[in-house]
Amino acid sequence: MLLPYFLLGGAFGIVIVEAEVVSWFRIQEMFRFDAFHMYGIIGAAVITAAISLLTIKRLGIRGRDGTPLGLAPRTLGAGVRYVAGGAMFGLGWALTGACPGPLVALVGAGAPVMLVAILSALVGTWTYGRVRPRLPH
Amino acid sequence: MFTHPLPWYVAGPLIGLMVPALLLLGNKPFGVSSNFRHLCAALAPCGIEFFGHDWKRLGSWNLTFLSGIFVGAAIAWNLAPPPVLTLSSHTVTALHQLGLHDLTGLAPREVFAWTSLLTLKGFASMVIGGFLVGFGTAYAGGCTSGHAITGLADFQPASLLAVCGFFAGGLAGTYLVLPLLLR
Repeated sequence: MLLPYFLLGGAFGIVIVEAEVVSWFRIQEMFRFDAFHMYGIIGAAVITAAISLLTIKRLGIRGRDGTPLGLAPRTLGAGVRYVAGGAMFGLGWALTGACPGPLVALVGAGAPVMLVAILSALVGTWTYGRVRPRLPH
Repeated sequence: MFTHPLPWYVAGPLIGLMVPALLLLGNKPFGVSSNFRHLCAALAPCGIEFFGHDWKRLGSWNLTFLSGIFVGAAIAWNLAPPPVLTLSSHTVTALHQLGLHDLTGLAPREVFAWTSLLTLKGFASMVIGGFLVGFGTAYAGGCTSGHAITGLADFQPASLLAVCGFFAGGLAGTYLVLPLLLR
C-alpha cells in the first residue's frame, strides 16, 4: 500500500517549500552562519526524531512482521566514505543550493531547470556504483 | 494564511516526524538519496553490483515518497508561493559582492536558468553540483535526511562524521569555489 508514503512525501514537499528550505539563498545564509533558520529546522528535526525513536524503542513497538521498529546501525569502518563522500555532497549542496529532497521539490516549485541537476546526480550515483570497488570505504 | 518562511520551530518538528511516521508505516528509514540508487538500478543497472538490488521491493515506497515531494512542492508553490525572501543583510552584502543582484525567487536567476547551462557558473552549479550530490550521497550512504536528521537522531557516529563532511564541503564551496565561479 503505497498511498501513505505518497501523502507523507507530499507533506514533506509542502513543508520544505513553505519553510524556504528549498531556497539557494537560505542555504547560503546557513553556510555563511548568517541566520539561525536552517540550524533551527535541522536541530528541531533531529530532536523531534530522537525523542520519537527513543519512545518507539522504550515502548518496544513492533511492525506487522513482528520485528521491532528501528534503524539498522551504520557500519563505521575506517570512516573514509563518510568524510570523503560527505564532503563531496557538501560541495554539491553549496553549488546547487539544494540537497536531494529540495532538488526534486524545486522542479515542481518553479525551477524546472533543476531537472538537469537531478539527471546529473543520477550520473553521479551511477559513476559511484561503477568505481565503488576501487574506492576506499 | 501564515507568515513566510514557515518558522523553524514548526517546520523542524514536522520534518523530524517523518522519521517515526515512516517507521510506523512500514519500518522504513527516512532518506531521500537512496532514490538515486533505486533509479539507477531501474534505468541502467549495467551489471554493476551496487545496482543489483531488488529496487522494486526495496525502493517502491521511497520512490513513491519522492513523487509525493514533487507533487507537494508543486501544490505549495502554486497555492502559497513564498514571497521575496527576507535575507540576512550579511548574506545580501556577500552575494552582491559576488556579483549577484537579483535575489528574488528560490535560486539566483543569473545562474539557474536554461540559458546559463553553458556558462561556467551555470554548468558548475547545476551539472557539476548535481554530479557531486549524486556521487557524494551514494559514497557517504545518505544525505541531509538520512544522515543529518535520521542518523544523528539515532546517535550513529558514522552520521556525525558524514555531517562534518557535509559542512567541510559546503564551507569550501561557499568560501572558495563560489567566489571563483561568480565573480
